[in-house]
Amino acid sequence: MADFNAMQDALVSCDQAKLETLVNSALAEDVPAIDILNNGLIAGMDIVGEKMENGDMFIPEVLMAAQAMGACVGILKPLLGDEGGAQGASVVIGTVKGDLHDIGKNLVAMMMESAGMTVHNLGVDIAPEDFVAQIKEKDAKIVCLSALLTTTMPAMKQTIDAIVESGLRDQVKIMVGGAPVTQAFADEIGADGFAPDAGSASKMAKALAA
Amino acid sequence: MFEVIGERINTSRKLVQEAVANRDAQYIIDDVKKQEAAGATFIDVNAGARIGHEEEDMKWLLEVIQPEVTLPLTLDSPDPAVLEMAYSMVEKTPMINSISLEKDRFDAMIPFLKGKDCKVIALCMDDAGMPESSDDIFARAKSLIEELNAVGIPTTNIYVDPLVQPISTDSNKGMMVLDAVRAIKAEFPEVHITGGLSNISYGLPQRHIINRTFVTLMMDAGMDSAIIDPLDAKIMATIKTADMLLGNDQFCMEYLKGVRAGVIES
Repeated sequence: MADFNAMQDALVSCDQAKLETLVNSALAEDVPAIDILNNGLIAGMDIVGEKMENGDMFIPEVLMAAQAMGACVGILKPLLGDEGGAQGASVVIGTVKGDLHDIGKNLVAMMMESAGMTVHNLGVDIAPEDFVAQIKEKDAKIVCLSALLTTTMPAMKQTIDAIVESGLRDQVKIMVGGAPVTQAFADEIGADGFAPDAGSASKMAKALAA
Repeated sequence: MFEVIGERINTSRKLVQEAVANRDAQYIIDDVKKQEAAGATFIDVNAGARIGHEEEDMKWLLEVIQPEVTLPLTLDSPDPAVLEMAYSMVEKTPMINSISLEKDRFDAMIPFLKGKDCKVIALCMDDAGMPESSDDIFARAKSLIEELNAVGIPTTNIYVDPLVQPISTDSNKGMMVLDAVRAIKAEFPEVHITGGLSNISYGLPQRHIINRTFVTLMMDAGMDSAIIDPLDAKIMATIKTADMLLGNDQFCMEYLKGVRAGVIES
């Protein structure tokens, strides 16, 4: 019987060595890799995200936990086949045109990946038409826009307008975030959601994709 | 002496935005006077957050602030038209915040700065994004200094901002910027080093002690200015004390003055 709680605890305490041992012994007991991924690793990262949201865990710990998770996903990957790769919703994420900040956006991408979503991180300074093209190409269910500057917040609205004009608005849920962004601003520009940190962003994306 | 650029008059701060929207001059005057009393060297004025209103908001803020302070102002905008208007309204030689190597920003700012009598903050940002090594910061600073010299801004009027980045995402981000500042000051002893400090502590708890400790390390490396909240009494006391320890306070007079005024305590 695999001890999924122990895996979750190991993730929360950022203990990569212990997590790898637990994953390997579960595999030795013929626990399916997909169960380890979902019930051990992804469930553990959900707890990490919640703790981050509540201010009980901090970015360096989240990064360490994600690194531990990544190492274990590496162990599971050859055993997962297609079923592990294609399970999560397709997410397109990027920093809007004119803005070169990427730290917060990358944390959000990492938490969403850890939550099992298929994340396409477009990078920074992404033009509205490039978001539109990528939503089509990646068949995205969620698109996440980041801006760190008051001067680039208007580019969020331009991007949403471009998505509306392209006729793709009904296909995607749009989330916005970044230091100057507020719920009021998100409402004003017609986004579906706003999250103040990477932990809650990941939770919200899951809810919106459901 | 260490120069404090007071960052409070910024319309992305909620109460300032309300005061600007309501044309509440008294709120702005009180805030600016508090910054001056707390030891600010410059008052930064940023009117950018009310999209579509920057020019009129900047004009109003300057009309309100200019008669009330003896300090020079830091004109904070990416828009040369707004800066041109603001520049014509100030009495003392202003500081311009800011130019960077991002092509659009650089090309817009250089014609504005050409031949002007002003100080200028030079951000080590380019179209590739944030710098990724101390060599990267140094190379960007060097090219900004050379480009600004070429349009008539002397090195002593340039304030390089090396762009402090969060240590929470990479344990080397502190050393990266400290090494860069040392290298810049070695090559250009006359240039000033400034910047915001609070980015260093992003993503960590108890941020103020990180910011305070970091400013002393930065000052040892050569930082001689910062964009901060002068009403943060603890960081102001730390800066004054560090300035004394670094030999910038003859006979410790400023330190002692601070102690007697009750702004420096153990």
